[in-house]
Amino acid sequence: MSASTPAELQYLDNTTDDPTRRAQLVVGDNDFHSVTDTVCGIVEMPRTPPAWWVAFFISAGMTGVLFAMIAYLVTTGVGVWGLQVPVAWGWAIVNFVFWVGIGHAGTLISAILFLLRQKWRTSINRFAEGMTIFAVVCAGIFPGIHVGRVWVAYWLFPIPNQMSMWPNFRSPLLWDVFAVGTYATVSLLFWYMGMIPDLATIRDRAKSRIRWAIYGVLSLGWRSSNRHWHRFEMAYLLLAALATPLVLSVHSVVSFDFAVSIVPGWHTTIFPPYFVAGAIFSGFAMVVTLAIPTRKFFHLEEIITLRHLESMAKIMLATGSMVGLAYSTEFFIAWYSGNTYEAFAFINRAFGPYAWAYWIMVSCNVLVPQIFWIKKFRTNLLVLWLASILINVGMWFERFVIVVSSLSRDFLPSSWGYYKPTIVDVLTFAGSFGLFMTLFLLFVRFLPIVGMAEVKGVMTQAHLKDVAVQGHGDYHGDILTERAEVHR
Amino acid sequence: MSADTTARAATAKPEQRLYALVADFDKVDQFLDAVRRVRAAGFTRWDCHTPFVLHGLDGAMGVKPTKLPFVVFGAGLTGCAVGLGLQWFTNAFDYPFLISGKPIFSLPANIPITFELTILFAAISALVGMLAFNGLPRLSHPLHSSRLMKRATDDRFLISIEAADPRFDETATRELLESLGALNVEAVVEA
Repeated sequence: MSASTPAELQYLDNTTDDPTRRAQLVVGDNDFHSVTDTVCGIVEMPRTPPAWWVAFFISAGMTGVLFAMIAYLVTTGVGVWGLQVPVAWGWAIVNFVFWVGIGHAGTLISAILFLLRQKWRTSINRFAEGMTIFAVVCAGIFPGIHVGRVWVAYWLFPIPNQMSMWPNFRSPLLWDVFAVGTYATVSLLFWYMGMIPDLATIRDRAKSRIRWAIYGVLSLGWRSSNRHWHRFEMAYLLLAALATPLVLSVHSVVSFDFAVSIVPGWHTTIFPPYFVAGAIFSGFAMVVTLAIPTRKFFHLEEIITLRHLESMAKIMLATGSMVGLAYSTEFFIAWYSGNTYEAFAFINRAFGPYAWAYWIMVSCNVLVPQIFWIKKFRTNLLVLWLASILINVGMWFERFVIVVSSLSRDFLPSSWGYYKPTIVDVLTFAGSFGLFMTLFLLFVRFLPIVGMAEVKGVMTQAHLKDVAVQGHGDYHGDILTERAEVHR
Repeated sequence: MSADTTARAATAKPEQRLYALVADFDKVDQFLDAVRRVRAAGFTRWDCHTPFVLHGLDGAMGVKPTKLPFVVFGAGLTGCAVGLGLQWFTNAFDYPFLISGKPIFSLPANIPITFELTILFAAISALVGMLAFNGLPRLSHPLHSSRLMKRATDDRFLISIEAADPRFDETATRELLESLGALNVEAVVEA
């Protein structure tokens, strides 16, 4: 590749890997001010685009359906769902695991990629963290309404009650309450803290007094002071370090709900890593599904570049292959363990009444991501977008296969049956997408969807010519040189 | 009665005391040099305002490492103790009950909740501690009235030197900032 066309290479297509040059993370003719303009421009649009309203009304309508279905469920009972013993965990738990999994990409991008100094995360982390929170909101609804008598859902928490009884802390279901609760709280803190400087940017650009007041309060009076930035950076690093084991623990704990039981097909030690890999896989697919239309619609192509999307495709390839490996390991162990119940559970999964779901799962999760070995597919937005949707479908089916195929064929053949969801199940799940999209649309319209302060920090203009004090990445501090200067 | 006093009276009303001088820069290297010179001039009540974390700035300013990690560590230990204590109190002490022959209190079964509460307490303390050390939220501050400060969240790098600094002298400090290549120097008054 000749060096005569670096400008062409960098403009929009920054996916070429030239070891002698760092790839640009923000392409085009951008400086700090143009990044501010592009990102704040979305919040500051004088008129909300009609397409946003259309999407918002559809989503809000579906959210209405969700709440109507919940009201019907609460007033009538869980019999309105297709549950039948022994399949007492139907779509509600499938949806719960699905939505919690989606959330994992946000924390992976914001915390793990941060610790690994993957600077490309800065363009997409805000967006992905927002998605995490909205997904966790959707996830939290399902076990909440699944308990049957929702009005006593507070029994889940260690609150002194009229029976003077406490929850059973030796139950994985209670671990779930704490894991998901902590996860939601920490994700929200992380998201909000990262947003404070960007909210201050919107405050400082505000033309109207109301906007100035609202964003002024939200930004807590942030003055961009470097003495503040210093502690901010440390707090960010600490939160990332805390969120990293947390995100790995959340889906591990979710998998304990299954693995700690004795149901064949659930009682396996592979579940925690397998669930975490699947969660990250599905989360990245959802980020891609949302990012491609959003960046196009709001003209963010120069900030959320092709390289970002390509990197996500690579992560999907890696995690998709891990999930594939987990599927085959389960099969191998089912045979190798010599446990007839386990062997039956897996043969039943692949060739029994739910074989159709199993093969949808395998094709979407294992075969589809294999196209990402080819760069042409990683960088073709339509292919990438369609593949990400198929992966979402596949990951939902994974949870369906795990929950339903094992429960519907338990130890007692006389209680075997074929579980089918009712229309209420379907509408509740569809409604949860409405809620997710409603929150997402409000987010893109009213909050900074790209972490401007972080993106600016990884732009070439921010790099010092003085090599002695060059930092390694955003928000990591440059401890060695700082110490040296402090004691000088 | 000198001309100096008259000039002051004309620019600032008696209740509008000068709070700080603010200077802005647009190149990071030039800014960092200016910061080093301001520090070398011996100021103590001064600060920099940047749209993002600028590497090398902490060192150039001589910002001492924050104590925040110790606070977060303490909060994590507290969370750990609370998590373990809560499970012991509720399931082993206040209302002991046997579930499928499992021990009343055994560490392995109690680890997940202990872990989650450790993280929860530590994470909350990281945010709250950061804000507390920074004196935030503080919605009213003289610097918010500065015109130049509006771009500290956009694309400019600012130095502010408070009038309360013992080495502050309005004319000399202004001249220093101008000599460092500041684009503008603004006097910010207390509201």
